[in-house]
Amino acid sequence: MRGAAPYAAEFAFDGMVYAALVFSTIAKGRIVAIDTSAAESAPGFVHVMSHYNAPRMKPMMPWASSEKAAGNDALPIMQDDRIRWNGQPIAVVLAETQEQADYAASLVRATCEAEPATTSFAQAKANGTETAMLGGQPVHIEIGDAEAALATAAVSVDATFHTPYQNHNAIEPHAVTVAWHGDELEVHDASQSVAHNAWSLATMLGIDEHQVHVTSPYVGGAFGGKFMGTHQVLAAAASRLAGRPVRLALSRAGVYRLVGGRALTEQRLAIGAARDGRFVALIHTGTSTHIPGSPHPELAQFVSYSSYATDTLKIDLQWAYLDMVANAAMRAPGEAVGSFALESAVDEVAVALGMDPIELRIRNEPATDPLSGLPFSSRNIVKAWRAGAKRFGWERRNPTPRAVREGDWLIGMGCGAGSHMYAREPGGSARLTLAGDGTVEVAIAAHDAGMGTATVQTQIIAEQLALRPEQIELRLADSALPGLVPGVGSSQTTTAAATTVAAKHEVVAELLKLVRGDSPLAGLTADDVTPRDGGLAKIDDPGRHESYASILTRAGRDELTIDASGGNPTESEQYSMYSYGAMFCEVRVNAITGETRVSRLLGSMDCGRVMNARTAAGQFRGGMIMAMGLALTEETLYDERTARIMNPSLAEYHIPVHADVPKIDVIWTGIPDPHAPLGARGIGELSMNGTAAAIANAIYNATGKRVRQLPITLDKLL
Amino acid sequence: MKPFTYARAGDVAEALRAGAAPGAKYIGGGTNLVDLMRETIEQPTALVDVTGLSSDIKRLRGGGLLIGAAVRNTELATHREVRTQSPVLSRAVVAGASGQIRNMATVGGNMLQRTRCAYFYDAGGSRCNKRNPGQGCDAIEGFNRTHAILGASSACVATHPSDMCVALAALDAVVHLDGPGGARKVPLTELHRLPGDHPEVETVLDRSELITAVELPPLPWARRSTYRKVRDRASYAFALVSVAAALDVRGGEVRNVRIALGGVAHKPWRAHEAETALIGGPATTRAFRAAAEAELMAAKPLHDNGFKIELATRTITAVLSELAGGTR
Amino acid sequence: MYAKSGAIRINGTPVPPPDDPRVSLLDLLRETLGLHGTKKGCNQGGCGACTVLVDDERIVSCLALAVQYTGRDVVTIDALAGEDGLHPLQQAFIEHDGFQCGYCTPGQICSAIGMAGELERGVPSHVTSDLSAKRIELTDDELRERMSGNLCRCGAHNGIVSAIAQTHRAGQLSPRSSTKARRAAR
Repeated sequence: MRGAAPYAAEFAFDGMVYAALVFSTIAKGRIVAIDTSAAESAPGFVHVMSHYNAPRMKPMMPWASSEKAAGNDALPIMQDDRIRWNGQPIAVVLAETQEQADYAASLVRATCEAEPATTSFAQAKANGTETAMLGGQPVHIEIGDAEAALATAAVSVDATFHTPYQNHNAIEPHAVTVAWHGDELEVHDASQSVAHNAWSLATMLGIDEHQVHVTSPYVGGAFGGKFMGTHQVLAAAASRLAGRPVRLALSRAGVYRLVGGRALTEQRLAIGAARDGRFVALIHTGTSTHIPGSPHPELAQFVSYSSYATDTLKIDLQWAYLDMVANAAMRAPGEAVGSFALESAVDEVAVALGMDPIELRIRNEPATDPLSGLPFSSRNIVKAWRAGAKRFGWERRNPTPRAVREGDWLIGMGCGAGSHMYAREPGGSARLTLAGDGTVEVAIAAHDAGMGTATVQTQIIAEQLALRPEQIELRLADSALPGLVPGVGSSQTTTAAATTVAAKHEVVAELLKLVRGDSPLAGLTADDVTPRDGGLAKIDDPGRHESYASILTRAGRDELTIDASGGNPTESEQYSMYSYGAMFCEVRVNAITGETRVSRLLGSMDCGRVMNARTAAGQFRGGMIMAMGLALTEETLYDERTARIMNPSLAEYHIPVHADVPKIDVIWTGIPDPHAPLGARGIGELSMNGTAAAIANAIYNATGKRVRQLPITLDKLL
Repeated sequence: MKPFTYARAGDVAEALRAGAAPGAKYIGGGTNLVDLMRETIEQPTALVDVTGLSSDIKRLRGGGLLIGAAVRNTELATHREVRTQSPVLSRAVVAGASGQIRNMATVGGNMLQRTRCAYFYDAGGSRCNKRNPGQGCDAIEGFNRTHAILGASSACVATHPSDMCVALAALDAVVHLDGPGGARKVPLTELHRLPGDHPEVETVLDRSELITAVELPPLPWARRSTYRKVRDRASYAFALVSVAAALDVRGGEVRNVRIALGGVAHKPWRAHEAETALIGGPATTRAFRAAAEAELMAAKPLHDNGFKIELATRTITAVLSELAGGTR
Repeated sequence: MYAKSGAIRINGTPVPPPDDPRVSLLDLLRETLGLHGTKKGCNQGGCGACTVLVDDERIVSCLALAVQYTGRDVVTIDALAGEDGLHPLQQAFIEHDGFQCGYCTPGQICSAIGMAGELERGVPSHVTSDLSAKRIELTDDELRERMSGNLCRCGAHNGIVSAIAQTHRAGQLSPRSSTKARRAAR
């Protein structure tokens, strides 16, 4: 707020030099020569690193290939003369100032030999696709004969949807400041995954994990884009080579060149329905762009696994391989674009049936998980639909397209469902230290990129231990901390919550061991007591109470330290667990120009217990605004001739601005999930889903135009 | 950014002397030039800061205004006479960029801003006849949704990004220049060139010539004028199509009209065809539409930008209808 | 004709212009002076994270060459809070959840203060309906249009807008009230 919080590019070391990158300008080929002579004679030049002199390093470790792997690809970094994508870094120039580094880098001349590359989606498909893999299993599911059921259905919709390449565009560009102290590497990173990055850097550089210390106290937005990347490796390697600390702050264009986003998708969505609206066939197949070794499937089809009851189901995802930067996980990967297609198609079915789209969805509510047959842990989407419809004034919607007009503006309402799978990672841990004065320090290697992690975790710990939030000191985002949260996306909250519950049990057990014979708590067991008023009390007799401080002091202890772990997420094996959202939108579309303005948005959520109303509302609104961009304005212009990104700029990649964003309403059922730790299921990605479809469906209601290709820019509505 | 020397000019003579040096370039607010220098598209070796020159807006004898080249965009849009006498100009200026950028950008610099064509901007990786004459143009077969439909050539299909200049073109503004060969005046509509075979030559300015002011001739009926900008988000985006228009209607007849288009050509596009079609005719929506269609007859769409023809036609029609109906 | 003259006043302190004229005002603040409150989001003039006040007017410091600002009075987020606590707008950002990751926040805050000064001077906006009006009301539409040069990716827009609106209604947004304390301290 005062501008005092230090971000990664704001740490400095004595003798630090600045880095600038040189990028390839072809999609595939080999580097024949790199002429650095002009750069080397530029003022302030310090060093240049390329594949000719880079230290030998192991390739990037992709997500899930190991416990702490968090890369987006499996590629070697500056180890050979190969060019694998347009925009790949081929040299790092170091200089005394950023201005000098940038200029010297502009003088580097690379001679490259281009090879035929696959740069277009069509070419990639023509080359032959492969069935996508998820958790070692091919993404292909068939229940019954969906094609036959579709062919004979009373009403059917069969449509193809396209979604473009998109980038996270956190306002803070990726940056890292590194220094070697002998063989120890100190890294100030902008990262969602400090512990992972420390391990990854160590493994790639061939040193011990404990020799790398990564901190990331403040992150200027991440959205899935700030895990382990190429730039941290380049900075560490260049620093070692030059013998100087290095700051490598990616330019905005550099972020686009190095960090992938949402893959392009083409999706077929077909639904067959009986006259009463019951789905007899659901087909969700398609192709996502991919590179070999990438861990992110862009599984758009996932949303169709369990959203609706259907007699028959067909799911298939093919990967089409392009010579482009590996895609990354971008807020609600797969689901964001998949829910656009699914929920648009459901709306089309409602139109075909002449049925209210909410009633159609409710009519197709599954009793148990359609795929696994497991019971739902807690599914109250119908409640969310009813509450949302009432609050939004859905009954005022005119179902006839293009029927409501105010001057030049056509007005329409639409809705869409969203869901996001509950996830909790095994092995989350935290170190909790209870001090003699009754305060608590909790160390946990989670991160906070604006989602409110620190606030919510502090609140949870305070609640669990019956302390005031100011008595909690939470330490986050430091790889040296003992706690580790492997879940770094939206599963972080649930994983940490489970850990906290475990920590509470351990604290109670350990404290009871210290209780003296004259204590009011003497003789009680863990089942008898609970934290209350900064201490422990007998559950059914709160008068029997002793404060933490008193227990510790009288036991002659300065502090009590416990390491807690949440254990394995067995709940996910017993229940089908999702968070749900019923999203509502009103748009105004200019009848003359096709300009669309979202005038109202409402998210009615069913996400288990909401831990903190303020941060939750912020997360919901944030996802809905990003989904507005997905629906209406955002597209990374990927030139299919060259695989080059043509709008690497916040001026030409249009994220929503203030003038685009209306007041956004969010409500929730607040029904705790009896099978999730603390009743919470995780919320950060949920509202990305269903919102884009709600907008597209509102546009249909306003104009009678069904647009199946994102973003819905005005030229598609003229 | 290539190293350069920096000097601030105290008056026009000083500026011209410094500007005559090889590699020298004038800088105003820098909002476009600094960006282009970072991208290595512009590589001046000397910058001559001209923000200290004429930054007044003077009333001319016989009506009209003389606007100093160093007047900031915000001040121009706010000037009482501009707001009330030429609302189209005020509206065009505030439709551009952001509040911050309008506080920095000068009137002279706004006129000389360069295209936002993605291939022009990609100095490292794309071909562009503006940056490297004769190299070829990657936009013609590439992303050209934002590109020109009028007056383009086989060498270049870029558009001029200014909003302000579109209004100035409609208002018959005259640009005052000074240079080694002396002072001269050029109509705004003749300041910028169509690309032809030499898209790298964007204006009729001689090297080291300096814009010192822009003159708004008296046009009392331009009190009824406005600017409509159509873009990809509600604010802070360049125009897909924009229309600046002033209309003088008496007794249902078009006495006089000025129309200029942005986002459609290499220069602010004065719609002479449409104007000629309208003057003396009825002020009806049908006539407006017909005039707009007449103007767009010459349009040549590329792969992605064909929608601009209909969009421009509709927007011209809507703007004229609004002016005919309202008093704004 | 002069190469560079005098100092740039930054938060009341005279600072010599950089020797290298390529240094932007933003990099002068962040790298030379260690004033990291002003953020670098794009270095392209596309996001507004680097907004500072120069002679009470908001500009994007990434597109400003520092040498052009000698003799000018620059105020950054680092100096907005007084001895007695946060600037009212900073306080309002906390109360209204006007931020998540915090990276665009300094720019949003400086921009809002500059915007209030523009309103006082009668600067119109794209959504101002009556250009001849003497006084422009800060409606939500006006506010959102005028703040559109400041991007936020977390989606804190609603909170940002209500924080600014409240502070404006309380008469505590103008550059005059914002920089008074600093001037008095000089």
